Formats: sequence, C-alpha cells, structure tokens
Amino acid sequence: MDKIRKITKMSLFLPIFSMILIMLINVVYDIHCGNAPLNFFMISVKNGVLYGRLIDVLNRGSEVAILAVGMTLVVSASAGTDISVGSVMSLAGGMCCMLLAGYGVTNVNEYNVPLLVGIGAGILIACLCGLFNGFLVAYMNIQPMVATLILWSAGRAIGLLLCNSNIVYVRVDSFKLLGAYVGIIPTPIIVAAVCIAVAAAVLKFTSLGMYIQSVGINKKASRIAGLNSAKIILMCYVICGLCAGIAGIVATSRIYSADTNNIGLNMELDAILAVALGGNSLGGGKFNLAGSIIGAYTIQAITTTLYALGVSSAQAPVFKAIVVILIVVIQSGPVKDFFKKYSSKRRAAA
Amino acid sequence: MKKIKINNNNVLLLITIGLFVVMYAAGCIVYGHKGFTNLQTFLNILINNAGLICITCGMTCVMLTGGIDISVGSLVALDCMIMAVGVEKLGISSPVLMIGILIFGLVFGIVQGFCIAYLEIQPFIVTMAGMFFARGMTAVLSTQQISIVSDALFTKLAGLKINLPFGAYENSKGILQIPYVRITVVVALICVAVTFFILYATRFGRSVYAVGGNQQSAALMGLNVKLTKLKTYVLASLFTSIGGICFCLNTMSGTTSQATGMEMDAISSAVIGGTLLTGGVGNVIGSFFGVLINGTISTLVKSNGKLISSWSNIVTAILLCFFIVLQAVFAKLKERKNK
Repeated sequence: MDKIRKITKMSLFLPIFSMILIMLINVVYDIHCGNAPLNFFMISVKNGVLYGRLIDVLNRGSEVAILAVGMTLVVSASAGTDISVGSVMSLAGGMCCMLLAGYGVTNVNEYNVPLLVGIGAGILIACLCGLFNGFLVAYMNIQPMVATLILWSAGRAIGLLLCNSNIVYVRVDSFKLLGAYVGIIPTPIIVAAVCIAVAAAVLKFTSLGMYIQSVGINKKASRIAGLNSAKIILMCYVICGLCAGIAGIVATSRIYSADTNNIGLNMELDAILAVALGGNSLGGGKFNLAGSIIGAYTIQAITTTLYALGVSSAQAPVFKAIVVILIVVIQSGPVKDFFKKYSSKRRAAA
Repeated sequence: MKKIKINNNNVLLLITIGLFVVMYAAGCIVYGHKGFTNLQTFLNILINNAGLICITCGMTCVMLTGGIDISVGSLVALDCMIMAVGVEKLGISSPVLMIGILIFGLVFGIVQGFCIAYLEIQPFIVTMAGMFFARGMTAVLSTQQISIVSDALFTKLAGLKINLPFGAYENSKGILQIPYVRITVVVALICVAVTFFILYATRFGRSVYAVGGNQQSAALMGLNVKLTKLKTYVLASLFTSIGGICFCLNTMSGTTSQATGMEMDAISSAVIGGTLLTGGVGNVIGSFFGVLINGTISTLVKSNGKLISSWSNIVTAILLCFFIVLQAVFAKLKERKNK
C-alpha cells in the first residue's frame, strides 16, 4: 500500500499514467478489431519512410511538444499562460513565406530571398512578440493572460496583413524539407528532439531552471535574494516566443504554404493542456519539463486514437474536455484533501 | 444630488465613453457621405452586436470576481446548433427550445462554477474544458450548416422591426427611411439594465465587488465567497445563453464554426470598458461602451472599403494594449498613494 502511495506521489506519475492508459486503449481497440494486439507500436518502412501510428503521433505532436517547452517556462515563472503562441506561430509562418515569395505573390517556385533569411526573420518576429509579451508582464505587472490577449488578437491579423489575406505557397523542395523527411525519419521529430535537448541541457547545466522556479514560487523573495525577477520572466517569454516561431515554421513547411487563418489555431490551448497534463501546477513555481513533453505527446496520442476510433476531428474536443476535467479534478486541492482524510481514517480504523 | 467624484474607478469609464464619442465623431466626419451620420448606422452596430452585449454583461460579472470564462463563444455556437437541430430535424417549437437552452446554460454554469469555486480549479482551465466540450458537442449534433427556416414564430421574431418614432432620414435615392431596431437589441439593453441593477442594488452584487477586491477580507467579513463565485459563473452562462439566442436570431443558422473567438471579443470589450481582470473594479456600462467601440471599429473599417478586415483586429488590439497599460499605470499610482 505504501509503495503505491509513493509511486502516485512521483512527479511524473500523472503524465506517464495517462500515456499508458491511452496505449492500453489502443491495444484493446486493436484486439477488438482483430488486428495484431501491438499494432499501435508497429513501425515499418513504407515508400522509403518510417510508417506507423506511433511515428504519426511523434510526428504530428512535434509542434505541441516544441510549444510545451516554452509554455512550461512561462507558466513556471509568471504563474500565467501565454495564449498568443498560436497566433505567433501563424505570424512567424506568414512572415517567412512573405519574404520567401515576395509581398503580394501567392505562388512561387523559387526563393525571393535565401531560405535562411526567411526562416530567420520568421523566428525573429516571433521572438519580438515574446519580448513584447514579456515586457508587459514583467515590467508593467500585467496579468499574463491579459497581456498576451493583445497578440492573440493582433498576431494572426498582422500575419494576414503580411500575406495580403492570401495563402502564400512556396513550392521549393528545400522549404518542404522541414515538414517532410530526412532519410527515413520525419524532420519535425528531429526538430522537436533538438529543441527539447537544447532546453533540457540549458536547464540542467545552468542555474536558469532554478532561477525560474524561485521567481515562480516567490517573485519578491527572489528579488531580495539578488535575482533580477523581471529579467528572468522576460527571458521566459522570449524563449516561449522562440519556440512558437520554430513551431510555426515547421507547421508552415508541412503544408509548404502560409495558411495564416489556420496555422496554430487553438494550439495555445493544446500547449497549456500539455503543461497541465504534465503534472505542472498552473499556479507557477516548480516545473517538470519531461512531464510537459510527455503531456504534449499524450494529447496527440489521444487525438490520433480518437481518429482511429472513427471520431471526426470536429467532435474530438468533447473527449478532450472530459480528459482535461478528469485530470484537473483529480489534481485539485479539495479532492486531494478528501482522499487524504479518507485514507488516514482507514488507517486509524485498522 | 450627490456630487460624483472623479476617481480611479470611474476615470477609466469616462475615458472609454470619451473615446467612443471621439471615434464615432471622427467616423461621422470622414465617412459622412457614406451614411455614417445616419441614426441607422449606429443602430446597426447595436443590432450586429446584440448577442455580444448580453455575453459581455455576464463576462463583466465573472471578471469582477477576478475570474474568466472563455467557454462563451463555443456555448453560443452550441445554443445556435441546438436551436437549428431542434427546429429543423426534431420539429420542436422555438419557445420550448429557448427555455431548454436557458436551462442548459444554467446547468452548464453550475457545473463550471462548482469546479471553480468549490474544487478550486483555475477558471481558465475549467472554462477551457467547457469550451472544448461545447464546441465538440456542436459537431456531435451536426457537422453541417443548418438554416432555420421552418419555425414561423422564430422567423417572425428575427424579422421583427421595431421602428423608432424619431430620426427618420432620406437615403441617397430620396426614399424615406425609418430607423429601426430588432427585438435582440431590446433584449440586450434589458440585460445591461438587469446587470447594472444586480451589481449596484443587490446584496449579491456588492459581494461580487467585495470578493473581487480582496477575497480574504470578503471571507473575513462573513461573505460566502464560494457561493458568490459560483453564482457569477451561473450568471455568465445564463447571459451567454440569452446572447446565444440573440445571435441565432441574427444569423438564423447553426454551424460548428460559429462565434469562434467571441470569448475574446467579450473579454476585450470588458477590458476596454474599464474592468480590471484582477477583479474588483469595473462597470457594466463601461463594458457596453466597450462593445460599441469594437463595433464602431469594424464599421469604420468596412466603411473604408479598401482595408482588409484584419485591420479591425489590429486596431482593437492596439486599443486593448492602450487600456491595459493605462490600467497598469493607474494600479501603480494607487499603490504609491497607499504607501
């Protein structure tokens, strides 16, 4: 009994538990359909690229995973969420394609400017968005949700403006590469892996992670202890913007066009959900990056599983909502207290 | 008569009203030849935003307690879809459906409010789940666009024009136009009046301000903080349902993609109207003017004719930024004064 309690108290319990649950559902479904029981995990090489449901989850979940990295830091440091990431993704994609194709041109077969300039500008504008959000939150003391509401509304609109309200196609192979395959591995997986690895390395080998947590737990105390709280919060928002930029470029490259109206739509909600699912408190403070990333892929696994079960993409949010509510209810204070009281009563009786 | 002092609480409201007047006056001067000066242009803003006005009333109550409700846009879509499916596929009469929608809104609000107030989950997460749920349920009901045509009463209500006794004008062809409003505008104005009354003249309204100002002192004063919070979310969902019916009367159809982003319109209107998201400060009249400002911006962009519609989003965002920074400055000044 004690062992079980210990396991449930581990920080990664919730994300891993939900991941395993989703996998089990897949196995049960496969057996029910008469497929091989481990169909979900089967990976094969078809048409020269990796193929399988697991690969699909990893591939499609890349953007959310990249966003989750930035969102985790923002949530931890400022006890609030950055709801502008979806819009910023679309803006970054729009900026990149606008430069590559030239303003007002909707379809090109060769670059207007070098590829790296386009991608760089896209990521740069995303970082600027992060800087703007961070400035409002850290130096003007505005609630994160309100501060990012501005770009939530304006980001996509500016993207549309840049693309002249059109869908800009960039039909060049090297641009498609980011959203396609390198060898047999889908590129988004590699991009996500690199982002996660860099973030993990920085957090592990520098004291940034500890600073962020300390600012998140108590901003004033950290300032008195000699940390520049405002600067650290600002930095988190810039990193979040950077992540949104990278995710935006990947999403754009996938469809080799800047579909400003649809790229990153509702992505901010998925990213926040990933952070919550990862066992992180949305009230700031301690964070767990691994949890958020597992959370991100869990969300994608849920979506892929629902599609496999024949639920349409429009109906899938119902199940997502139920999952979210179950998770947060289990995590909520009063429910936890209730179970604590219940178990201590039982122990007293025994 | 008591003298009304200008203080931090109403200066934001005054700025909002001033801004609206200036913006509208500018519109009248620049686009006067396109009929901007006609009374009907103003009434059209009201007609187009009737649903949003109702929703913003509820949103203001929630924001006054320091909470937020982002489920409203999806709930509006769900209400429209219930109406459309109920009338067209199941053949239920519209009054029954309207009562059904209101009851559904009540239950929806109670569930959300319970999770937020009694289970102490963050409002953003709970209402986000509510948003997913409502949007998904819309698709479960139907993924097609359904137009409401077969209910006689509903069509009659939607087409009803209430002519105003004043302000008649001749249009460019020399035909006399009598300005009118739709029934939805009347409903919206009643909503504003009711919310104003609730917030200023009832025990519940005063406790909303107290809870928003400082939750702990409100609790120490003996107010039931949790119940007050629960009630605001119920109120928000109820007003959203009313707004949903108004919206449906305007669009006469149900689609899954209806009213996307409406929650942010409601929030930004309330913020522009001087409601602080931290709670405790705000006014439903301000929110009403916030909606009008939003409406004026999009009308201005439409009147120009050359600008892309995304300009109205950008201008709204700039205004939002301006008001948020202004609020932050006021908060800082207040802090300094207290010291």
